[in-house]
Amino acid sequence: MNYNWNWGILQTEPYFDWIISGLGWTIAVAISAWLIAFSLGSVIGILRTINNPIARAIGSSYVEIFRNVPLLVQMFIWYFVFPELLPESAGNWVKRGIPMPEFWTAVVCLGTYTASRVAEQVRAGINAISKGQHHAAMAMGLTPTQVYRYILLPVGYRTIIPPLTSEFLGIFKNSSLALTIGVLELTAQTRQIEEYTFQGFEAFTTATVLYITVTFLVMAIMRIVEGKLAIPGMISLGAK
Amino acid sequence: MFGEFDYQVVIDSIPFLWKGMQLTFLLTFLAIIGGLFLGTLLALSRLSHIKVLSFLAGSYVNFFRSMPLILVIFWFYFLVPMIVGRPVGGFYSVLVAFTLFEAAYYCEIMRAGIQSVKVGQLQAGQALGLTYSQNMKNIVLPQAFRNMLPILLTQAVILFQDTSLVYVVGLHDFLVNAEIVATRENRLIEMFLTVAVVYFVLCLSFSLSIRKLQRRFSV
Repeated sequence: MNYNWNWGILQTEPYFDWIISGLGWTIAVAISAWLIAFSLGSVIGILRTINNPIARAIGSSYVEIFRNVPLLVQMFIWYFVFPELLPESAGNWVKRGIPMPEFWTAVVCLGTYTASRVAEQVRAGINAISKGQHHAAMAMGLTPTQVYRYILLPVGYRTIIPPLTSEFLGIFKNSSLALTIGVLELTAQTRQIEEYTFQGFEAFTTATVLYITVTFLVMAIMRIVEGKLAIPGMISLGAK
Repeated sequence: MFGEFDYQVVIDSIPFLWKGMQLTFLLTFLAIIGGLFLGTLLALSRLSHIKVLSFLAGSYVNFFRSMPLILVIFWFYFLVPMIVGRPVGGFYSVLVAFTLFEAAYYCEIMRAGIQSVKVGQLQAGQALGLTYSQNMKNIVLPQAFRNMLPILLTQAVILFQDTSLVYVVGLHDFLVNAEIVATRENRLIEMFLTVAVVYFVLCLSFSLSIRKLQRRFSV
């Protein structure tokens, strides 16, 4: 195995800048997509728990569609097919009108995909609460909205913090798929460095170390959050 | 909009798409076999009393689980030819990447499966004088596989979807072949929607049969 080590290459321009900007894009895609995933996923998850067959059907169709098509195929559909299905002016706006169409396409794609996974967690969180709480709240005269707002959601969300953390880490890793439509995020940048310099070891090691660092940081932060939000009397890692 | 939908392009490209699908199936199948084998060994190491072994297996799992699959594919696409010392073709590099990556996930499933087997079973095996490997091979692992079968199969569906990522190194799988036709004939809408529908139908029907199986298995 003949390999010329050159760790210094990472500190030379423009490669250092590439890595930093790649990391920046990865984080930007992940966080923006998470906002969609969390809000849309909560709505879909709640739809699947309410006592209305149509709402349940909408919720479960959404989950089945987004979970049974590979994420990469969804990315291509959003990027190549979706603008064509819109009326012409709207389609052109999506393709050229908005600044950074690739970035927003990746955000929407990852957001809507992860929403289907978040929805399953939210549903599980709500269903895990004993029926007695729901009944007690209704007996107190709370409206269905109030039952969710004050009883089910605060408890439900707190029990699903660990799976939500791994969904967030999932979005962060999946943001690498944005490279297929031309977003120069971390993986794309290191691949580009490899192609320009043939220093694959150095480039990919950098990406690996950065991904692992962010993963550990997020996990450490979420463990603290989990501890702070733990429901007293329930078994959970964070509880004291 | 759908009035101009060109079915003929899709029909004409079926043999080419099927060729791609065969690669997708082959890669999925081999990666499941390899991943499951390695994953089971990792799970046994993780549960082992030998501290070094369980630490190494744990680090392996955490390492691969915090990496994006695309980066793993790039890593091995770059590493495998270098280690072997000659070009080996994309398929083998990608197969190594998928096997090692999936092993981390299968390890966690098998660990849960082994832990779901009652201790009494293990002790009974020991009382009968079985060695560790006999005990694992004949008593514990068969039950662990059976308990985890629905989850192992669900992971297989995820792997089947993930194989589409070979796109990044240009292997001619189902998606890449569809994309080749799509760009050549300028029929992006038709081809990508076809790909989505095929994946959806395959994955949904497989997931539904897993659910049926789960219902039959659950006590």
